[in-house]
Amino acid sequence: MLAAEAQLKALMLSALAGDAAAYRALLAALGELLRRYYARRLRDAASAEDLVQETLIAVHTRRATYDTALPFTPWLYAVARYKLLDHLRRGRVRATVALDDAGDLFAEDESEAALARRDLDRLLETLPEATREAIRQVKIEGLTTGEAAERSGRSEIAVRVGIHRGLKALGDKLREGRSREDR
Amino acid sequence: MKTDELIDRLAGELAPVSRVAVPRTLALGLGAGAAVSFVAMWLWLGIRPDLASAADTSAFWMKFFYTLTLGCFAFWAVERLARPGAGSRVQMTLLAIPVVVLLVLALVQIDGVSRTARMHLMMGASANVCPWRIAILSLPVFAGTFWALGKFGPTRLVVAGAMAGLLAGAFGAWIYAFHCDESAAPFVVIWYTLGIAAIGALGGLLGRALLRW
Repeated sequence: MLAAEAQLKALMLSALAGDAAAYRALLAALGELLRRYYARRLRDAASAEDLVQETLIAVHTRRATYDTALPFTPWLYAVARYKLLDHLRRGRVRATVALDDAGDLFAEDESEAALARRDLDRLLETLPEATREAIRQVKIEGLTTGEAAERSGRSEIAVRVGIHRGLKALGDKLREGRSREDR
Repeated sequence: MKTDELIDRLAGELAPVSRVAVPRTLALGLGAGAAVSFVAMWLWLGIRPDLASAADTSAFWMKFFYTLTLGCFAFWAVERLARPGAGSRVQMTLLAIPVVVLLVLALVQIDGVSRTARMHLMMGASANVCPWRIAILSLPVFAGTFWALGKFGPTRLVVAGAMAGLLAGAFGAWIYAFHCDESAAPFVVIWYTLGIAAIGALGGLLGRALLRW
């Protein structure tokens, strides 16, 4: 999170100075962030993508309003939130979350991260212990497979295969859960 | 259009942006509006003929600095409100300072004087026209500040509109003070403030309609 802030802010500062390559990288990264932001809040994927584009345009046309003395992400999410509320006010779609949930940015993002962590923990509980530990160490804590193998006393290949199978099983469970929700 | 194409197009349009673009554009809108208001005041009401001798009185400078400090704090508040996610509470709170100071001065002036004298200090000779004239002279400034604010990204449209209105009202009153020959603090704190607040209310009402982006 902090790394992302520093990185995005650096790109934004270069973009404001006229560096088109930095700007392109920034917009691509913001596209990803915004897609996630709106996908969580809107049921309809097409309007979520419309809002991503609308917000990118707003970031472009309003970029002078970013105060370089302040962090970048609160500015970005304030723009995104304004566009979301504006969109909901126009009443084109039904929201999947209450307006109140679109509250203050940082608090909200932290609670989202906490929720995501809890869901992840719950999913991981369903896997065998060795696989779970391997995934946790490599995918969440950021260890290399070599380090994870050393820690668990298994071969690196076994760790790799375990992670692969575990992720696949998680993917299947997620899909299962989602199709149940849709019904 | 695909989002990737959009990104390409936006990146192709990139031009460097000045870090002082917001205050500069706001000052431009404010200055242009104030210039129109000043000419309007001159042609319609005229500058007070005794301006040179009035400039030696504290009453003239009281009006001058009351409206000017209100205008500067409102400018600062609008400059913050123009930016998504930037705080503006401090700036909006500062607006109370000139009002409180002048209110205290007004209370000191009406303390212990007779009822008729007190009435005169509050009503002067132009109470029935003063707020209206301030409101009308504020309109060009209002157009200028809203023009500027519309280029930025206010996210609280009603508050931003009200602050832009107060900014316009304060400078409208500052210009009116070149015509007005009232000199009592009670008069100024009531009728000037009323005219300024009316334009602030107008800005709040129009914020949502005029400032959407």
